[in-house]
Amino acid sequence: MPELTAVDRQIIDNLQGEFPICERPYAEVAERLGITENELLQSLERLLADKVLTRFGPMYQIERMGGAFVLAALAVPETRYEEVTALVNALPQVAHNYRREHALNMWFVLATETQGGIAEAVARIERDTGLAVYAFPKEREFFVEMKLEARL
Amino acid sequence: MDEIDRALIVATQGGLPLVARPYHTIGEQIGIAGEEVMRRMQALLNGGIIRRIGAVPNHYAIGWTANGMTVWDVADDKVDELGPLVGALPFVTHSYRRPRALPAWPYNLFAMVHGSSREECSAKALEIRALLGDACRANDILYSTRILKKTGLRIGA
Repeated sequence: MPELTAVDRQIIDNLQGEFPICERPYAEVAERLGITENELLQSLERLLADKVLTRFGPMYQIERMGGAFVLAALAVPETRYEEVTALVNALPQVAHNYRREHALNMWFVLATETQGGIAEAVARIERDTGLAVYAFPKEREFFVEMKLEARL
Repeated sequence: MDEIDRALIVATQGGLPLVARPYHTIGEQIGIAGEEVMRRMQALLNGGIIRRIGAVPNHYAIGWTANGMTVWDVADDKVDELGPLVGALPFVTHSYRRPRALPAWPYNLFAMVHGSSREECSAKALEIRALLGDACRANDILYSTRILKKTGLRIGA
């Protein structure tokens, strides 16, 4: 992994939310961080290219638009892991996917624009892979605040 | 939410343009004024349709190399009382109640913890364990070993 600069760290620690909505938002943030607008834009470009950041922009809560997020898992035979990963990741409804150490060894989040989209995506994955999908829709959200500061 | 909001979401779900006036650039792409983009984005933010605007880091790349999904089988009559307390622990980044899938999956409480090592994550899991006390019948921690995909939401154009 690439080394983080002091500016990178500032960006990661101060820019996981509250990006302004104004005509020159990068200039406004850059001023707060004591760097130039160009330095900020170039740093963001590099952090995205190096995959230190996976995205920069708005995070949508699809449930507020009538859609759904569902966590789901598969028990994938080791010999088929790469093949099944490709099949699952091919669906645009798969927002994230992680390999985890457990008999249920593939955990992914489905994000669909309609409630019915989840069942369709689950059926499609079951058909494409021949494996049973375990769906774990949330029944209650106790806490969500995914912000981690740089630790390097 | 109307068709223009939808177009705005499709145009920005992959990220904001890295240019001096990003909202104006989006406006040009979808055929509305930059001021209208900003007004609508603010309304989406106020309405909670946008959770936040900013950077999404790859945890591994910023030093959080151990990421554990802790899962707990908590008595049904206790989980709604204990869940918010688990969620309130400073190191828990998400916490949900989810259905069990018996017999394969007895767990109904999920809490994500992160650390620089598995030892750090398991110490955090022990704190959760202590908080749950007798209400917890079984638990596990599932470490991620690879990010297979992390694009976020993608709705169709």
